[in-house]
Amino acid sequence: MLFNEPSPLETRVLTRNFGLPNSASIETYLGTEGYQAFLKAAKMKPEEIIAEVKTSNLRGRGGAGFPTGMKWGFVPRTSPKPKYIVVNGDESEPGTCKDRVLIENDPHQLIEGVLIAGLSVDAHSGYIYIRGEYRYLIEVMEKAIAEAYEKGWLGKNIQGTGFDFDLYAHTGAGAYECGEESALLESLEGKRGVPRIRPPFPAVAGAFQCPTILNNVETFCAVPAILRDGGAAFAALGIPKSGGTKMTCLTGHVNKPGVYELRLGFPVKQMIEEVGGGIRNGKKLKAFVPGGSSCPVLTASEVEGATMDYDSMASRKTMLGSGGVIIMDEDTCMVKAAVRIMRFYAHESCGWCIPCREGTTWLKKILMRFHEGQGTRTDINLIGDIAKNMLGRTFCPLGDAAAMPTISIVEKFRQEFEDHLDGKPCPYEHTGSMVTV
Amino acid sequence: MTFSAQLEARFEKLLNSYPPGRQRSAMVPMLLYAQDEIGQITDELVNEVATRIGCTPLQVNEVLSYYSMLHTKPLGKYHVQVCTNISCLLHDGDKLYEHACRKLGIGHKEVTADGQFSIEEVECMGACSWAPAIQVNYDFHHYVTPEKLDQLLDGLRKKQ
Ligand code: FES
Repeated sequence: MLFNEPSPLETRVLTRNFGLPNSASIETYLGTEGYQAFLKAAKMKPEEIIAEVKTSNLRGRGGAGFPTGMKWGFVPRTSPKPKYIVVNGDESEPGTCKDRVLIENDPHQLIEGVLIAGLSVDAHSGYIYIRGEYRYLIEVMEKAIAEAYEKGWLGKNIQGTGFDFDLYAHTGAGAYECGEESALLESLEGKRGVPRIRPPFPAVAGAFQCPTILNNVETFCAVPAILRDGGAAFAALGIPKSGGTKMTCLTGHVNKPGVYELRLGFPVKQMIEEVGGGIRNGKKLKAFVPGGSSCPVLTASEVEGATMDYDSMASRKTMLGSGGVIIMDEDTCMVKAAVRIMRFYAHESCGWCIPCREGTTWLKKILMRFHEGQGTRTDINLIGDIAKNMLGRTFCPLGDAAAMPTISIVEKFRQEFEDHLDGKPCPYEHTGSMVTV
Repeated sequence: MTFSAQLEARFEKLLNSYPPGRQRSAMVPMLLYAQDEIGQITDELVNEVATRIGCTPLQVNEVLSYYSMLHTKPLGKYHVQVCTNISCLLHDGDKLYEHACRKLGIGHKEVTADGQFSIEEVECMGACSWAPAIQVNYDFHHYVTPEKLDQLLDGLRKKQ
């Protein structure tokens, strides 16, 4: 099911089957060249598959943006150990709801992407880790897996290629931290989702301490198109160094929030105005988060000339991230936004690293106090100082994820913190700040 | 412990889904699926799962405390989860949560006296583009307004 109207400005590659009757069924998938990319890949050498993925300029769609082909190339294909493919479907970065749509509407595309990854590193089993809240997607995925076995697209000697592959859906049970790859692998082994020390990276010691390809749902979903149409064609959809399209979740104060597939390099202004239908109630843009709540926020003027791709966002000292775009209008209280973001990271910190565990809790307390008008002038700098002391001092990126948006909000919206000083009530509350019409 | 045939079949499948000697991987899925059937994680369930996957009850307890969806106390028959995270907040998810609390007369992680409803303020549930969102048990509801929430809860109450 689609929860929002598609936009004519979309480039439909991963979503090309969306909206077809029974788009999740294997019949529909096979009817639109489904699994042909796998058959093509089965005739290629593993190095050729990886080369095609490298040519596509596909980068990890979970948030980190690491080049996928390179990641696959790190897996020691000839290792005597079994190799695994693990799909990260633990989508939980606030603002992000695209993997849900991809699995729900086209689960076979994901299966095919996993099979091709399997061919490239000689892996014969895979796990699709899906966050527990997405229970219905476990059913969707299990149904698709059962169909694929039945029709001979999973199991032994798939379609006479001599290639065997078994695939399983694995449910999480509520933990943001498990979206981090090494924590996810711990969770998959039936443990607490505490991150591992790296190196070794999952490519060498991943699932069950064996070589593993671990990518986001969207990354795997892009692979069939890359093999089918060629890496160069996929790359050409985007801009140099950022190939293809990105599933983009427009959230917050736009008229038409929704999940849209946009080519990389799509202009931010056009995305807000034309895809999103502009800011609600004719208001002005105040703050823009490109890819999930862990990204540093941009001001309206920083958004000028920006495009939705890795480099444009990096040049503005933020990240393309997961594709969870958060749009805040001029009536939004940035202190309140900072409080809510920090409350989340404090709740999700696994407690392993002290700078993250203590830092997020202190920041939550200070920010909450601030929003209630009990802040002091020195607190403003203190917030920035604590956050900076967390940066780069934790095993996994959760500490950074909490610190980065906070630092950017304090630096770019300092005036709003001052407006909350001396017992003054939140200046935005009377506007109904986060208005719903 | 005995479970429904459906759940036994799921357990059996899970125990065959991981490499030899790695049955511990089935722990969290088994706990969650069993919780769905019996309502909460009990000591008896912990012991049962531990036996089936070949580890100690202590190891199971240590893991289960980490995952926010695993509950050792009973929830309401309808567990109402309201997201107040940033994208929902921008659509008044916080006010929706307060409205739900007032309506049911309970707060975060509390259960109504008749055991029918419980409430939880939850983090992002992956419905950000269709905010504000709630989940009742595993069912998603998008673009929820206070009025829609009232209708939904009244409907569930009648269904009892
Ligand atoms: S922020 Fe509420 S569902 Fe994502």
